[in-house]
Amino acid sequence: MPGLKTRSKIAGLKAYQWVEHRLGLIKPLSEAAAHPTPSSNASWMYVFGSAATVLLIMQVVTGILLALVYSPSASGAWDSLQFLNHKIALGWYLRALHGWGSDFMIAIVLIHMVQVFLFGAFKFPRELTWIVGVLLLLLTLGMAFTGQVMRFDQDAYWGLGIGASILSRVPLIGAPLVHVMLGGPIIGGATLLRFFTLHVFVIPGLLLLGAGVHIWMTLLHGVSEWPMPGRLVSKATYEREYHEISEKAGMPFVPDAAWKDAVFAAAIMFSVMACAFFFGPFGPSGQPDPTIIQTVPKPDFAFLWIYAVLAFLPASIETPVMLIVPLLVIVGMLLLPLLASEGERHWARRPVAVLMVSVIAVVLGIFTHLGTYTPWSPLMDAWTSEPVPPRYLHDRTPLERQGALVLQSKQCRNCHSLEGAGGQRGPALDSVASRLTEDQMIRQVLQGGGNMPAYGNALNPSETKALVAFLMTLRGNDLPPAIDASRDLAGAGQPQVPKHTGAQPVPETR
Amino acid sequence: MSKLLKYPGESINDTLPPEAKAAAHSRRTFLFKLSIGLNAIVGTVLAVPLVRYLLGSSLQKDSDVGSWVVIGSASDFPIGQTRLVNFQSPVTSFGDGETAKVACWVRRASAQQFQVFAINCAHLGCPVRWFAQSKLFMCPCHGGAYYEDGSRAAGPPERGLFEYRTRLEGGRLAIHAGDMPTLATQASCKEKPLIQIQPDTNMTRS
Repeated sequence: MPGLKTRSKIAGLKAYQWVEHRLGLIKPLSEAAAHPTPSSNASWMYVFGSAATVLLIMQVVTGILLALVYSPSASGAWDSLQFLNHKIALGWYLRALHGWGSDFMIAIVLIHMVQVFLFGAFKFPRELTWIVGVLLLLLTLGMAFTGQVMRFDQDAYWGLGIGASILSRVPLIGAPLVHVMLGGPIIGGATLLRFFTLHVFVIPGLLLLGAGVHIWMTLLHGVSEWPMPGRLVSKATYEREYHEISEKAGMPFVPDAAWKDAVFAAAIMFSVMACAFFFGPFGPSGQPDPTIIQTVPKPDFAFLWIYAVLAFLPASIETPVMLIVPLLVIVGMLLLPLLASEGERHWARRPVAVLMVSVIAVVLGIFTHLGTYTPWSPLMDAWTSEPVPPRYLHDRTPLERQGALVLQSKQCRNCHSLEGAGGQRGPALDSVASRLTEDQMIRQVLQGGGNMPAYGNALNPSETKALVAFLMTLRGNDLPPAIDASRDLAGAGQPQVPKHTGAQPVPETR
Repeated sequence: MSKLLKYPGESINDTLPPEAKAAAHSRRTFLFKLSIGLNAIVGTVLAVPLVRYLLGSSLQKDSDVGSWVVIGSASDFPIGQTRLVNFQSPVTSFGDGETAKVACWVRRASAQQFQVFAINCAHLGCPVRWFAQSKLFMCPCHGGAYYEDGSRAAGPPERGLFEYRTRLEGGRLAIHAGDMPTLATQASCKEKPLIQIQPDTNMTRS
């Protein structure tokens, strides 16, 4: 009589065989999990794809849980988020997990993409894996944008307005596109439902399908081996070589390489949980009421760089750049593996690739940083909240002090700073008199120019006189005043060589 | 041809001569192609109303959208001032909630002359704010600025503010409102070219 242990083992095996005979999936799946992979692949650099998958699953789970309470109606969405934040036990935590999970997912997907790019892993036979990956990146960004709309607050409302304004620039079909996007003539209930449908049904469906295809192709072709300088990819020989290093000198993916994936995924999940717990959910900010205009709309972190770029494009090329450049970038990313499917994989032999990644990373970083403090925007309340520094008022004439008052009351501070306080749209005024002469200042104030509006209609002559008198006292740390070199010439009555060659007035150039 | 069934008709009746098998196969192949065609027709007939439903909102003529809305008595607006006015959009639909509200800036230039500006910046639609002291509209998003008559003053916008058509109905000010104003959807606004890049008149530098 066999022991209890043996019998239960036999029973378990029988149950497994019963299921597997009918299902037929367990054996092929476990074989796929244990597929041979090159031994160089048990690396911490190869863990990002699986972490992105784990985050995707967490987003699906938390999204489903949030959908139990969220109300996708323009009249109820904002209230339902408040309800989630404050009335439902742990509702705030679920929102925070979903929000932070989204930020982490974008970051991990981008890192995954950079790693694959720098390792040349998109080359033959993995071109289509890359192309599907690019589509997955776009879908992930689509989830981020539609998710921002789900948080139906002021930022979501005006973000939709920005989206509609960009679409309206498409020639000929701009108006129908705007109507398709908004679901009607204005941003409203239909708009939210459209984005809800995209966020909850359409994009997640495509994302899961695409991720499945992506992973299938990874299994089919195997994870690319660690690149070696000088080991070139050739369509004629690559698959045979890969077969050699994976099956003859490789190791099973599970468990030999997969444990690092699992550890990293756990670390990422823990980070998401920690961020969610300590920093809490995102918003919602103010109600999506378009009559509340005391608002400074801003997109979520992932889109700040776009927001910044849109502030710097000159009007004359703005529409073409907005509409054409994104298409070119996407087409370029899709075509990349087709144009460079063979050859060197190692980053040390691909300086252009390394340069591209560095430049793109720095550019995105700079624009994102600019987007966090928006130096191009007027500070709407600086004129009432930032006083003129007292040291600029000491030992000044009454006229000059009156000028300081004009500077405040005419809202100059919304765009110009004094001692670092105030808007950064225009140049700081602390040393303006060392750059402009009195005449130049008067002209600049009255006629504007160089991105400054003309104040001729907003200032009467006495206000202008006082304002310029005050501005003339602003010379930084006693810098020499600006000099109009042509004055000497005019005074002398006839042309002569100007004496002041060192102190050329520098015109305002912002 | 299937890998598993090497010969056409094999599974049906192995006693048939090869000619009869081939005939049976080509008949079924024809029927299969016919069935694909049938499904293509059914699919098209199904898709047309689905696409029409999806695009319904965009197939409206621009002239269908919007109507005249009274936004206040003319005496509410002092001459020479610019004021914020809220009104209910005439084109709201089910469940719009507070997004059905619209704000606009009303400027009374003279006794009979009104200008009503859309709140949306002509650059990317953010809500512009009026600053009476400096007589400027400023946009919080990308720093667009407009003069009191709505014309472009500075910043990225390529044109002036969107303006609603106005009329006085027996002492009451009415505007024609509809679409959210963007560069392409200005049906309710004064006639202006769709995209008009105003020359920068302030380029004269000292």
